[in-house]
Amino acid sequence: MGVSKKNNNKLIVQSRTENLSKIRDFVSNKASETGMSNDEVENIMLAVDEACTNIIKHAYKSFPDGEIIIKVEHNSDKLLITIVDYGNSFDPLVVPDPDLPKYYKDGRVGGLGMYLMKSLMDDIKYKTVPGKYNQVLLSKRINVAQN
Amino acid sequence: MAEFSTTLVDKGNISVINLEGYLDAHTAPILESNFTELIDASKFKIIVNFQELAYISSAGLGVFMAYIEKIRNNSGDIKLTNMNDKVYNIFDLLGFPLLYEIFETEDQAVNKFKENDEVGSK
Repeated sequence: MGVSKKNNNKLIVQSRTENLSKIRDFVSNKASETGMSNDEVENIMLAVDEACTNIIKHAYKSFPDGEIIIKVEHNSDKLLITIVDYGNSFDPLVVPDPDLPKYYKDGRVGGLGMYLMKSLMDDIKYKTVPGKYNQVLLSKRINVAQN
Repeated sequence: MAEFSTTLVDKGNISVINLEGYLDAHTAPILESNFTELIDASKFKIIVNFQELAYISSAGLGVFMAYIEKIRNNSGDIKLTNMNDKVYNIFDLLGFPLLYEIFETEDQAVNKFKENDEVGSK
């Protein structure tokens, strides 16, 4: 897309849950610049929180010093968020959609975050180069109300 | 930074957990310890008031799933109240209204517990 000339569209944080609030603030500020509604901005913020929580827990298995790189770009009709980590590769296709009655029986949950991400964003793409990096691409159309 | 906090209030034999702030993977353990504390004290009638909760992610939703069966097996329940639309929508998206009673006000949840107590004692 190459719209942003300044390098302030990128955030690099360590893989710790305490950084989730910093990640949310960053994404919320950047997504707001597109003119999207507050509801949409908050949905995008939640989707990125879920993606980063998955990276912290699964890719880095709670190792606190891994790196997570979040980049937010947009043009007039699309917001694109790229999240890169250097942890273990993780195949999202093996994560089934949530089954609440089953979770109730088991007393545990899984896949809720993945399902939320799919529901809240228009498109999600995963790319893994084993031993090198993992990348999640989240995209959302920008529909600014025309007055 | 106090980004999430809870307060516990006893209302007779009912315990109310008031949530405030941002409930995510970082802060979920605070709520987990509240549930553990109540269960250890055999307090199984629990209302969670979302009035001051600004944000919830799936890590927060997972906390409710983790304890609900144990609580219901002990004739208790977790009833949820005072959610704003945004938070309700996330619960709804994941199908939680099928498994949990969600009330607009805390009083409605208290009354529901009382009705159940009366039915149980007859």
